[in-house]
Amino acid sequence: MSKHTSNKVDKQSSEPVERQVVLPFKQSLAISFKQIRVRFFRSLITTLSLVLAISFLSFVRVSNDVANGLLSTGDPDFRRQLIRAGYDLGPEDVRAETNPKQRWIVILSILVCVVGIVNAQLMAVTERFREIGTMKCLGALDRFILRLFLLEAGMQGVVGAMAGALIGGFFSLLNSVIRFGNASLTHVLLSDVFFSMAFATGVGFFLSLAGVFYPAIIAARMQPVEAMRAEH
Amino acid sequence: MLNEQSKALKGELTEAVERKIVRVSQVTKTFKLGKVDVQALKGVDLDILAGRYVSIMGPSGSGKSTLFNMIGGLDKPSSGKVFIDEVDIAQLDAYELAWLRCRKIGYIFQTFNLIQVMTALENVTLPMIFGGMGNEAAIDKGMELLDLVGLGDRYQHKPFELSGGQQQRVAVARALANNPAIILADEPTGNLDLNTGEEIIALLKNLSWERKVTVISATHDIKMLNVSDQVIWIRDGRIEKIEEREDLTISVGSVGERW
Repeated sequence: MSKHTSNKVDKQSSEPVERQVVLPFKQSLAISFKQIRVRFFRSLITTLSLVLAISFLSFVRVSNDVANGLLSTGDPDFRRQLIRAGYDLGPEDVRAETNPKQRWIVILSILVCVVGIVNAQLMAVTERFREIGTMKCLGALDRFILRLFLLEAGMQGVVGAMAGALIGGFFSLLNSVIRFGNASLTHVLLSDVFFSMAFATGVGFFLSLAGVFYPAIIAARMQPVEAMRAEH
Repeated sequence: MLNEQSKALKGELTEAVERKIVRVSQVTKTFKLGKVDVQALKGVDLDILAGRYVSIMGPSGSGKSTLFNMIGGLDKPSSGKVFIDEVDIAQLDAYELAWLRCRKIGYIFQTFNLIQVMTALENVTLPMIFGGMGNEAAIDKGMELLDLVGLGDRYQHKPFELSGGQQQRVAVARALANNPAIILADEPTGNLDLNTGEEIIALLKNLSWERKVTVISATHDIKMLNVSDQVIWIRDGRIEKIEEREDLTISVGSVGERW
């Protein structure tokens, strides 16, 4: 590769250009964003399962926060109401914990959601075989492809998980107001609610990335010839 | 430096000392199909000189595509060696191979393969960005290339808003993005009608002439023969014959009769 065909090429490579292909982060971000925008409906469906799972997680946790807020008042009335509402509270308990049944349902919903994401992303990769092959022919490295898919999933993850956390939190508070009255809002610690929603968002973001990892690796490792052949 | 210049000068004067841009030596390629080994290439030797317009002709299943992929650095031979610009592609690691694909070779496909979510201009600038060019410079050069292929005013169009011929023009502009030494065109006219096909062929021929780019195209298209400096006929995994431009007029005549 030390020889050059024409003067033009000569001039270019005499500049201190590193002999390595690059894809600046800003560019990858722009490309990923475009991919989501163009396939908006598809992205929406992929994200929807995440939104549902995360809103459930957020709902459970924020409801607990509300229960804890009510318990902290020490009012036996609230305690009775909570027990009637299904919280397993012993006479000595000062904090409400998520019961095992709830925990299992949350875990199950999250598992279903991850499987859904993996499935959707595998489809997305298959759909884009040719595009991936083309990019590789243009000189893209494996990690460009990996990064594009991860960024895309990351963006979907943040938006979906945030939406889920907000929806779950909102409905949980609404539910509390209907059941226990306005007192539930005045006694709940806002910081707890924030923490619960942030936790749910974080979990959602992580799940979205975890779900795309395997499909993205398949996409990135693909040889350009195979990717092209897949079409015919 | 002087030496190189004089070499270049000589190269322009006499074709005999022209540089070999692609050298294929004793290449075989075996594919495993289930339990059966299929030999797609059975020992091919081939030299392609820089700056020429070369067509690889052959029926499907002849090993044409396999040879073509080999020359393009998309596939590695089972045995034998492929040199692109005197570099053995089997010796390259993933990074060097990507660099080679990005800077040395421009690809044109039968199905155009533009990236659907990007505009014409973005499609053309993508390889330049991979090649490390700044955004501004890439956009300037991208516009220049789109002007060159006659699509300067449609730079903002997405591929699905362009006709087949226009898409292929964008693909030609994209192939030229990093001033490659070789343009590989795989059935570039296969999905185009007669007229648009001829336009694309004329465009490729002009480019190879003006920019001294080696154009290698795999094709069934007889129209391609007229503009080729050299035609390589592949049959059954071997080179059947290589025809130079001088012999070509005769064979084109006979081909024309046959069809």
